[in-house]
Order: sequence, then structure tokens, then C-alpha cells
Amino acid sequence: MKRMFHPRHVAIGLLSVFLLLFAAGCKKKQPAPPPPPPPPPPKEEPKPAAAVIRSFVAEPSTITRGQSSTLRWNVENATEVVIDQGIGAVPPRGERIVSPSSTTTYRMTARSAGGDAVAAVTVTVTTPPPPPPPPAKPKPSLSERISKEVQDIFFDYDKSEIREDARATLQRNVEAIKAILNDFPSASILIEGHCDERGSAEYNLGLGDRRANATREFLVQLGVPADRLKTISYGKERPFCTESNESCWQLNRRAHFVGVE
Amino acid sequence: MKRYPVLLSLLVLAAAVAAFTQVQSDIIIRLTGGARKVIALPDFRGAGASAQYADLFNRVVFEDIERSGVFTMAPKSFYPLNPPQTERDLRQPAAAQKDCGGRCLADWAAAPVNADYLGFGYLAEQGGQLVASGSFFNTRLADSGSAKVFTRLYAGELSEAGARKIAHEYAADILQQFGVPSLVGTKIYFVSDRQGKGTKEIWVMDFDGSNQRRITFFNSISTMPSVSPDGRRLAFTTYAKGQPQIMMYSTETGRFIPFRNSAAPTNAQASFTPDGRHVLYASSVSGYMQIYIAELDGSNPRRITNTRAIEAEPKVNPKTGADIVFVSGRGGLQQIYRMNMDGADVERLTNGEGEAGNPAWHPEGRHIAFAWTRGYAPGNWNLFVMDVASKETVQLTFGQGRNENPSWAPDGRHLAFCSNRTGSYQIFTMLADGTGVRQLTTEGNNWMPVWSK
Repeated sequence: MKRMFHPRHVAIGLLSVFLLLFAAGCKKKQPAPPPPPPPPPPKEEPKPAAAVIRSFVAEPSTITRGQSSTLRWNVENATEVVIDQGIGAVPPRGERIVSPSSTTTYRMTARSAGGDAVAAVTVTVTTPPPPPPPPAKPKPSLSERISKEVQDIFFDYDKSEIREDARATLQRNVEAIKAILNDFPSASILIEGHCDERGSAEYNLGLGDRRANATREFLVQLGVPADRLKTISYGKERPFCTESNESCWQLNRRAHFVGVE
Repeated sequence: MKRYPVLLSLLVLAAAVAAFTQVQSDIIIRLTGGARKVIALPDFRGAGASAQYADLFNRVVFEDIERSGVFTMAPKSFYPLNPPQTERDLRQPAAAQKDCGGRCLADWAAAPVNADYLGFGYLAEQGGQLVASGSFFNTRLADSGSAKVFTRLYAGELSEAGARKIAHEYAADILQQFGVPSLVGTKIYFVSDRQGKGTKEIWVMDFDGSNQRRITFFNSISTMPSVSPDGRRLAFTTYAKGQPQIMMYSTETGRFIPFRNSAAPTNAQASFTPDGRHVLYASSVSGYMQIYIAELDGSNPRRITNTRAIEAEPKVNPKTGADIVFVSGRGGLQQIYRMNMDGADVERLTNGEGEAGNPAWHPEGRHIAFAWTRGYAPGNWNLFVMDVASKETVQLTFGQGRNENPSWAPDGRHLAFCSNRTGSYQIFTMLADGTGVRQLTTEGNNWMPVWSK
């Protein structure tokens, strides 16, 4: 590489270029022809000025339907200024409020003997977004459905037989339970058996078990799938009411329904 | 004239004592030994470093002896002023002498002390240890040689724990002379909600209420404890895994032992056979809670009862191992029944009045303690003892709150139970005649004591 830039090589190169240019110059050397005569000047005639549209704007240029926009213009030298879209003739300088219902292009024509001018402005009309749909009602949870639609039933002291009033309640419950189980295909319902405080804790464990089981058997007879009904006895361990009187005891002698997802 | 009211009140008192003595049932006499001997226990004094533990030592000895129910405690205010401390302090009364100020056994046998037995001694510090010299003498025998029951030395740490230990040992030696095993070292398992309302955990404490300690930490409902005859296994019923199930726990290793529960909504109320090889329990496999027996690990369950009623709380006779008392609703309200191990020969033990539950066999297998609402509104439980053969009963509590879950002490003379007489449920102990009631717990609610060796 270094050898490429040896001074002798460079000198030879420069010399060859020079000789080449010199030879070409010698060959093309000829005398130049005379320039053509200038064209005749145009015939001077007085002529009116052409119309000029200095500005034509819409403010704002985008509106939502029902709102309005202001067209503003400034035209010079025009004998007539017309805006289409039913606006018609307008003064050379002015403004006009428009409220198109859809996107509209306004064309302005400024006429003059000296020449017309045309301009256009577009007012974009957006349709307002439809009102947001009312917030989707959150689907009630399994436990909400059960506590709202399925009623507890109550028992007599030391009894697990389904009382007359409880039968009616259970018959009402059946449809709700079926619907809920249908809406929650993997869920099951846990029937809790509860007792009042008077029996011994040990015996009441059996009594609560019996109450839950009797309730389950009744629902199964009415067509609720057995494999989706579970039971648990709380005996007197989880009372709903803790006073020592009959109204409280009655509240505690119950079968209570809860969902298991 | 002035003396009349005093005489009158003395007469009334005497009549009351006579009446009480008369109504004392044969059952009570059998269980507690009937007429009690009178004992005098003058305070031990201590020298040097032992002196600071003398009060504690004297209190523990006094409480152990009093709680045993073997003795009537002679009122301390009647004691002679100069009690003996060592055997050498004892004298024979001189002929003309009226008394020797406490140094003669006759001083203690005579009115107003009227003691049959005298326990005396002293405390000393010896080689960094606390040492008690404890003597026990029969005051009714004139010759001090034959009157001597024992004199023994007791050694322990020079600390409060050491003082308690040697006091329990001395008291236990006295009680042993009367065939009464000491309760020192026995445990009471129980259920408490003190760790958080709405939860129940299994706890354990010493027989006197000390060293209360929590066993389960499920943050759930764990209840209905029962302990194997050798004290090595604890079974209980827990909601820790959802439906109530039986769990087994080793009191030695502090670990859970696998127990196979039947596929049932309820498996509960495990108790042990006296040989410690089988478990009885209540299970609702059949749709009604029924009584089953299984191996210790829950395998091979066999059904014992066969009713469409609630059957609960099976307890095998600890002496015979041949019969079961249990609670059943087969005849209406819950009553206590007895049957053979195979479920045959069922007989109702309670007479059908009120509700009955919580049967607990006396260690000798002849009596049960139980809870009954007879004579009270449903839910107002009182404790009773029944001679199972004759079905004769005696009532131990009389409407002071609800009284439930009696459990016999290994000595067969005491019962632990729970009562809400103070406003919350607490554990109490008492003598089998209903006297000497002591409250062992105060924190939260506490139920279902099980007294174990």
C-alpha cells in the first residue's frame, strides 16, 4: 500500500492527466455563433388584478355533531365571493357559523375579471361516542345467590323431622338450588346442621348431623342431584344467636345453606 | 339470757351437720371413705436459706392433704403453741402435767384439736439443697414408738420448684398410708377458646391448674378430648379439615399419629378401651350417628349400635372392658344407656327424666359420673354419680350454673368438670362428695376436662 503513494508514481499519474486534458482542448476549439435577437416585448394592456383568497379557515375544523364551527375568510380583489353548501354570496371578508350534521367541505369561489380563486375548507363532524353501556351488573357470586335465594329452615327442640313450614321453604328452595347449581356447574351446596345450646355438645353433634342429613334427603327427593349436596354438623359450636331464651334457641335450631365452589 | 342466741345457733348447726351426715349416700361413703380422720399439720420452720421457702412448702402440703378429702383439717387456731419439729422433741406427759404445750402427742389428741394424726417437721439448707424432715404420727397411741408412722427426709432444689416438689412428696407419703394415690404428676386435658373467640384448641395442665399449655394450633374447632389409659395418646375431634374428624396425637413425641376416618359427615368422640388397643367412636356413616369400634389407627371399623336414633359418647368400663355406657336418643330425649361390647343387652340407666349425657366411668368400673338436667329446665346440667348396678344416684351440684363433663381423677376420689357458675365456662375439681370445689382456669372459656395419669 505504501508503495502506491510513492512520489514517482504520483508524478507519472499527474502528468498523464495533464497531457490528456491538453489534447482534448486542442481538438474542440471553434468560433461561437451570434446570439438570437430578443423576443418582442408583450403588448401592454391595462388588466384588472386577479382575485386572491388570503385565508379561508374553519375554527374549529373538527366538531362533534350538534356543535358548530366558524368559517372565516379574507378575500382580496374579488368582485364576487361565493361559498357553496347553501351559503351563497358572502362579503369578501367575514365569518359564518355553520353546524353541519356530517363532515362537509365548503368551497369558496372568489371571482374577478382578473382571475378566479378557489379554496376549500373541511369541517369534520364526529359522531359523539354512544353513551357507555350501563356498567355490566357483576354476576352475583355463588354465596350471594344462595344467601338471597335459598332460605334456612328451622327445627323443633331435639328433632330432625322437617316441619310443615320447613317443607314449604324447601319446596321453594328447590328451584333456586337447581338454577344455582346450573349456573355454577362445578359448585355444590353444603348444608350445615345447627342446634341450640341446651343438649350436650356431644349429642348435639349427632343432632346437627341428623338435621343436615334430613334436609339433604328431602331436597334429593325433590330432584336435587345428591352428589351436589354435602352436609356438616356444627352441633352447638356455631350459634347464630347467643342469648338463653326460646326465640334465640329457635334461631339456632336450623339447617343453613352455603356454597362450595 | 345472753347466751341463748349462741346456744340456739349451735343447736341449729348441730342439726344441720346431723342432717347432712344422714343424707350422705352410701355411694359417697364408698367413694370417699366416709368418716374422716382429723389431721393437724403445724407449720414447718426453716433455718437459713431454707426459711424463705417455708410458707410455700407449708401451703402446698396443706392443700394436697386438704384436697385429698381423706382428712378433716384441725383448725390451726386450736394448735398448741410449741409443736415438735423432730422426733426428739416429743415427750411423754408427766403425771401431774396438764399438757406439754404441744410436745406431747396427747396435746394434739385432746380437745380442742382432737387430731387423730399429726404431721410435723422442719426445713434446712444442706449442701445447696433444700431438705425437709417430715414426720407423721398417730396421736391416739400413747407410746411414741408405736405412734410413729414415718419420719423421712426429702431433698430438692433450693428454689420454689424444689419446695413444691418435696412438699408434694411428703403429702403423697401421708396419703399413701391411707391407700390414696397422690395426684401429683397427673394431667388434665381440656378445651379452651382463650386463644381466640370462635376457635377451640386442646390444652393441658397439671392437676392443680399449674403449667397450662396449648397442644393444638389449628385455628379451628378442636374439641372432645380423650386420653388412652396409659396417658400416651390423646384423641380429639377437629374441624381442621372441614367436617368434624377424629385426630390422634402422641403425648410423648408431640406428633400426630395417623387415624383413618370413615367417609362420613361426622366422626367424633373417640375413647379408648382399657387395654388401649381399640377406639370407640361415633360416626354418621349410616346417616344417623352410631357407635363403632375400630383398631387404634381407625382401621377395621365395626358398627355396635343399630338404630335410627342418635348414639353418642361411648365409654368402655375401665375395669371389666366388657360393657359400654353411652348416650342415646332412641327413647326420646337423650339418656344414658349401657350395653355389652357387641351391642347386646341394652339397658337404660337414667330414668327418662330430663336429658342425660357425659357419662364417665369411675376407675373401679362400678360407678359413673354424668350430667343430668333432672329437676331443672333443659340445658341446666348438674353432676350426678350413679351406681350402675343399682341405678341409685346421688347429686353433686345443685344449680350453680351449668355443670358438665365430669372426669374422674386417677385416685377415684376426685372429679374435674366444667361449669359456667362464674359467668364463663371454667374447669373445676372437687371431691366425689361435691365438696372441696377448686377453680383451675380463669382465662377465656374452658370445657371438657379429661383427667389423665
